[in-house]
Amino acid sequence: MTQTKDPHTVHTGLPRVLWLPALMAFALIVLPVIGLVVRAPWSRFGALVTSPSALAALELSLRTAAVSTLLCVLLGGPLAAVLARGTLPGLRLLRSVVLLPLVLPPVVGGLALLYLLGVSGFAGYVLDVAFGVRVPFTTTAVILAQTFVAMPFLVVSLEGALRTGEQRYESIAATLGARPWTVFRRITVPLVLPGLGSGTVLSFARCLGEFGATIAFAGSLQGVTRTLPLEVYLQREVDADGAIALSLLLVVVAIVVIVVGRPRSAEGLR
Amino acid sequence: MKRLVMIVLAAGLAVTACGGGQTATSGQQRVPVTVFAAASLNNVFTRLEPQFEAANPGADLRFNFGGSSDLAQQIVHGAPADVFASANEAQMKVVQNEGKVTGTPEPFVTNVLTIVVPVGNPKNIHSFADLAKPGVTEVVCAAQVPCGAATKKIEKDTNITLSPASEEQDVLAVLSKVQAGVADAGLVYVTDARSAGGKVQEINFPEATKAVNVYPIAAIKDAPHTELAQAFVTFIHSPTAQQQFASAGFGAA
Repeated sequence: MTQTKDPHTVHTGLPRVLWLPALMAFALIVLPVIGLVVRAPWSRFGALVTSPSALAALELSLRTAAVSTLLCVLLGGPLAAVLARGTLPGLRLLRSVVLLPLVLPPVVGGLALLYLLGVSGFAGYVLDVAFGVRVPFTTTAVILAQTFVAMPFLVVSLEGALRTGEQRYESIAATLGARPWTVFRRITVPLVLPGLGSGTVLSFARCLGEFGATIAFAGSLQGVTRTLPLEVYLQREVDADGAIALSLLLVVVAIVVIVVGRPRSAEGLR
Repeated sequence: MKRLVMIVLAAGLAVTACGGGQTATSGQQRVPVTVFAAASLNNVFTRLEPQFEAANPGADLRFNFGGSSDLAQQIVHGAPADVFASANEAQMKVVQNEGKVTGTPEPFVTNVLTIVVPVGNPKNIHSFADLAKPGVTEVVCAAQVPCGAATKKIEKDTNITLSPASEEQDVLAVLSKVQAGVADAGLVYVTDARSAGGKVQEINFPEATKAVNVYPIAAIKDAPHTELAQAFVTFIHSPTAQQQFASAGFGAA
């Protein structure tokens, strides 16, 4: 646990019994990916991942995940602040409700969105009659589905950072006459930046991998709603090799996201 | 730590003991016959189960329903199946090409597409051509799956090009979108429309006969229980079983 270089810290040592289960856990994560790599059709790999349908899916995935992550930050950030610092009664209950998308199977979330925003759902009916807007089967539906499932990842990591973080500076600033918005902007946000970073990376990764809610709510149409995971699932029907190649593409993108975002997120978790 | 290890071991023992107990009690020397069957066969196969088991007292039918391509992959990768009933000939070929089939797969039923619309038919759809009308949000299967391939074939034969709002993974996804009212119309198999009961309206169209889907069934080679597997295949072709298929909307093979 102790990783500081301080010579006065006593190194407590790691109980040796932890090694075996730790190794097994690591193997369970890594071996399946190795299985994919071994089975991959390397000779056709380039052609498979640059097919028009694959590129359309990749582009759509990156585009929607970027917008969804932005929505998570813009909406989930304030929500985390309210949950961590707010003084409302019933905040504990609210906190559990926010976790709902984490524990719900994504396909259930997708169905819920469908029955809310479909033409027969009450919000969908109002949108259709009042504005002539239909959400299902549009790229907007993909973004809503992704934001729904990814939001808790941002809220949870950011709320954790806000709660464990030092609140002294905020009080000092407040006693010096800074208004709440100034304190929030100048003190709170910079302090939780690492937590925000890790939350953002996690949400983006979750958006990228979103499948169940998207297929249930947004449907599947090339270039419009068929993201990379949906493309993998469909390719599998006709060409297992194609599906494996696309899966690896998804793995590569995920690794890039984690590696790029990791230093910050590691700080944030500490 | 020792205690933790003991607890884990004890739990493991308990689980294996339970498992053993279960097979001992529910088995009663009945032989499990595992049938991998296309999802669209779910209703009829489940209804036929007691009849087959009554006729073969030693048999205990177990079903694994799923998409035909999933099932084919599972069998190819060594899943312990006795019988495979596929919703199309292509996936049976996949299994056959791996040398996993005994004898020749035999067609036992057929299925054709139909249009489903929400109850009341708000968009006034009465023909295949009506689906291409502007303002109609239709949902179909993706061309990669059998129902989608059939849709594409009809489009080609009729020279009517649809611009669907979504190309779904399977008929059930199409059906649920029509049921939810988010799509004005969908193309599914007749049997799927029937099994939805009164929740959707079925509109048959003559061009559907241009794309007939054939369901083959076969016993799997090296199956754990070859004899009963063969008995099930024979039973599926029997008049009793065929009658059940017909009432569910399947066509004769």
